[in-house]
Amino acid sequence: MKHGKYPLLAAFLLPALGLYIYFVISPYAQAFYISGTDWLGLSDTYNWVGFDNFVRLAKDEYLRNALWHNAVLMVLLPVITIVLGLFLASMLNVGGGQGRVRGLPGSGLYKVIFFAPQVLSVAVIGVLWKELYNPRSGLINGGLRALGLDSLTKTWLGDPDVAFWAVLAVMVWANVGFYVVLFGAAMQSIPRDIYEAVALDGANRWTALWRITLPLVWDTVQVAWVYLAILALDGFALVQVMTRGGPNFSTDVVGQRMYDVAFGEFKFGEASAIGVIMFFLTLSVTVIALRLSRREKVEFS
Amino acid sequence: MRLLKNPFPQAFLVVWGLMTALPLLWVFISSFKDDNEILSDPWGLPGALRWENFGRAWTHGHIGQYFLNSLIVLSVSLTLTMLLGSTTAYALARYKFPGNRLIYFMFVGGMMFPVFLALVPLFAVVRNVGLLNTLPGLMMVYTAYSLPFTVFFLSAFFRTLPTAVAEAAMIDGCGPFSLFFRVMLPMAKPGLISVGIFNLLGQWNQYLLPVVLVSDKEENYVLAQGLAALAVNEGYRGDYSRLFAGLTLAIIPVLIVYAVFQRQVQSGLTAGQLK
Repeated sequence: MKHGKYPLLAAFLLPALGLYIYFVISPYAQAFYISGTDWLGLSDTYNWVGFDNFVRLAKDEYLRNALWHNAVLMVLLPVITIVLGLFLASMLNVGGGQGRVRGLPGSGLYKVIFFAPQVLSVAVIGVLWKELYNPRSGLINGGLRALGLDSLTKTWLGDPDVAFWAVLAVMVWANVGFYVVLFGAAMQSIPRDIYEAVALDGANRWTALWRITLPLVWDTVQVAWVYLAILALDGFALVQVMTRGGPNFSTDVVGQRMYDVAFGEFKFGEASAIGVIMFFLTLSVTVIALRLSRREKVEFS
Repeated sequence: MRLLKNPFPQAFLVVWGLMTALPLLWVFISSFKDDNEILSDPWGLPGALRWENFGRAWTHGHIGQYFLNSLIVLSVSLTLTMLLGSTTAYALARYKFPGNRLIYFMFVGGMMFPVFLALVPLFAVVRNVGLLNTLPGLMMVYTAYSLPFTVFFLSAFFRTLPTAVAEAAMIDGCGPFSLFFRVMLPMAKPGLISVGIFNLLGQWNQYLLPVVLVSDKEENYVLAQGLAALAVNEGYRGDYSRLFAGLTLAIIPVLIVYAVFQRQVQSGLTAGQLK
């Protein structure tokens, strides 16, 4: 069949390869070079400046501020999302209590509803929550006023002390449903008789969750952790739509910073340097993740 | 009736369910209100079913145009992604040739890089070929950036398919091309559906790429981008009913697709993120 092999390989590989090298590989490679230049996007000429961009960025307060926000997100987003996700998933899948190791009634419907935000565009979620947070016409302040809790109403996205937490809440809202489904699938693969056995031994719901469910879905939790940490390094779309990094840079993230430097100030060299920094951050998270995932797995048999 | 003894878990589920569903319901209901009702009474019901809000969002808010742009871009980019992705994955999974591993890791390695790294040069590359602010530019870029995961996922899938069927077809005189299109591709259908749904939602919901690559030409905005722009404009103009109607128009079709293909969507996205 030798004669038929190379025409097929050429036809099957070359178009994809060409497109991929042109639009993906070459930009990635160029980014490292551009990060060492003083290119101002609108001009055609630029000079090689070595590590000047990185030296300047190391002292840049705005970038440091944005990085700090990503760091906080990287800790809080996974913790909150995973705890909520595990809790809801265990209620849905094994929450029926002693003896009854099925989920609670209506768990199918809950899963459909919880997962729904996952199919919406992050930009749409941003617009939706911008309106929910609207100080005058939003659902949240409206609800607080209706309950007589006027003192709790806030200009959610306009107050530098509150805006960041308001954005974090939206990230959690948008992601929890996905992890409910993910953890749910992992919990379904735990043999039912383990629960029946511990229920006979008198273990309650909480003991079962803590001692049985959690250890047996731990691998999935780790995967979730990595994915959420990488997600926390981004956050651009939501921030761009809801606050553009404001008020007073209180919700700025690295992606937003890079976008502003690149397409607001047209400092292409400096923006690429921020991109390189983001690359190394993502790489570190991935490397740590790969090391963690080498951990031994629990066997059921 | 053990549940009655401990209503806490059920209550927690109801609360989270409401927190998820209520914002969406609120948008749907608000899209029938007029501006005065929206501003003065966020929890109130609309005084009348004002369907004209949707008309205004569709035409004056340009939601119709943005919607169409998204459809045009997606119909080409998704077809290209699936075609190029499946052929590449198949060639890499089923044929031995020098450079196979190199090409495979070149594609799969692309998953490790944040798109932000490529953003500035990508902007320049797309500008150089004259595709900045155009829909074909988006189609090419969407396809190219969807390839790493598609190739990764589908080549794993093609590797698991039995070789006996392929051999039998070859003995019956099936050429290498028709072997792929008539035998292997149909066998890979479950994998194609999963990765197809993953790419469909990923490309439909894309925000960063259109905001960078189609920023200066409003009539070429895609839906997510156009809606965000509309939100900024309506803040100045105070035409809130149009914004809510636009949001509803952007949310409903995705939710319908999700409701119909619920199981496939959930498995497609979970498979996608467990790379």
